[in-house]
Amino acid sequence: MVTEPESKFIRIDDREIPFVHGQTIMDAALAAGVYIPHLCHFPGITPQGNCKLCTVEVDGKPLTACTSPAAAGQRIRNNTPELNEARKALTQMLFIEGNHICPSCEKTGNCPLQAMAYHLGMLHGHFPAQFPVREVDASHPTIMLDRDRCILCSLCVRASREVDGKNVFAIAGRGTHASLIVNTASGKLVDSDIEPSDLAARICPVGAILIKEHGYDAPIGKRIFDQHKINEIGLEKIYIAGAKSDDS
Amino acid sequence: MTHKPKLKLATTSLAGCFGCHMSFLDMDERLIELLEHIEFDRSPFTDIKQLDHCDIGLIEGGVCNAENVHVLRTYRANCRILVAVGACAINGGVPALRNHFSLKECLEEAYVKTPDMINPHIPDDPELPLLLNKVYPVHEVVKIDYFLPGCPPSADTFYRFLSELIEGKEPQIGKVELRYD
Repeated sequence: MVTEPESKFIRIDDREIPFVHGQTIMDAALAAGVYIPHLCHFPGITPQGNCKLCTVEVDGKPLTACTSPAAAGQRIRNNTPELNEARKALTQMLFIEGNHICPSCEKTGNCPLQAMAYHLGMLHGHFPAQFPVREVDASHPTIMLDRDRCILCSLCVRASREVDGKNVFAIAGRGTHASLIVNTASGKLVDSDIEPSDLAARICPVGAILIKEHGYDAPIGKRIFDQHKINEIGLEKIYIAGAKSDDS
Repeated sequence: MTHKPKLKLATTSLAGCFGCHMSFLDMDERLIELLEHIEFDRSPFTDIKQLDHCDIGLIEGGVCNAENVHVLRTYRANCRILVAVGACAINGGVPALRNHFSLKECLEEAYVKTPDMINPHIPDDPELPLLLNKVYPVHEVVKIDYFLPGCPPSADTFYRFLSELIEGKEPQIGKVELRYD
């Protein structure tokens, strides 16, 4: 006798969410249109749980939704004041650990990190600003690497390996010494095989990897987060395409 | 009907560009309405140089030199509510781009290495305030009560914030719209 497979559900806040075997909590939530804040997760790319913004409470225990498998009966707290305050503190740390000067950054308005800070109501960095001195790599003719803004999400590392079939980037070092490196003998982007059409060149959720000469294609006021909120599901295609001006 | 006493408001620009002050003026005719409830004390708008005890102090710009520290501490000591206004006050902003370099490098680049300079040397007039090693957010020097992000914060942001303070309400900054640029 064949029995119907038991319907499997998790409960996120007050919603029953179906899932299939192999899905993470994040996968199931996104499929059901439930937003869990995240910066280092991208559908189709192996999750790594770096940014911790997707931390949810699963049966009382904090776990990263992007790396935790969904299991029947889980009771998950997501959109709570406590978790959102913790997420705001994490976002403040991402800001103060780098040099995020929004008014002079060409990613402003197209930047998921900035949009996340708006979403969480961040008014200031709270923690002492670190003002780290990091190397800018402008060697490549069409792609800019400004490590000042890198949040070590590793999306470029994973996109290059898993989607582009290359191996352009890596994270070197540990803890506060961790940095984004380029896998070439010189360490320079110009000696790598990265191209502007690569996902690795377009996936950066901050202004660390930029396509040169296109930073102001869309004027401020007509950028992605002038028209969308980060808690809309499925914005990834727009991120990759980049904000376009009316005449392009 | 008894009139409430007017709130005293002081403003200053430290390491800023006066853009926040210009945006404040963008409140245009709403300023007339505000002036029914607010009077200016020390501010570039009044040119009053001495700071009296005030209800609200608006600080534009980050902290880049010894005079900024002195002014900021004076505002903190005399203002019941001290507000960091704009990107530079909140995280150093564009002036903090110099934090990438040592102070010596910055001064040499500007006053020694610049081509075609007559008598190139780093200015050392005793009247000039000494520069700090870095540009700092104001909340790293004194306690700040409220933060108004933006480069600059919009006139609407100023208006909403001041109106809420006048009404004795807790300001709801960022609940309507946030912008850092």
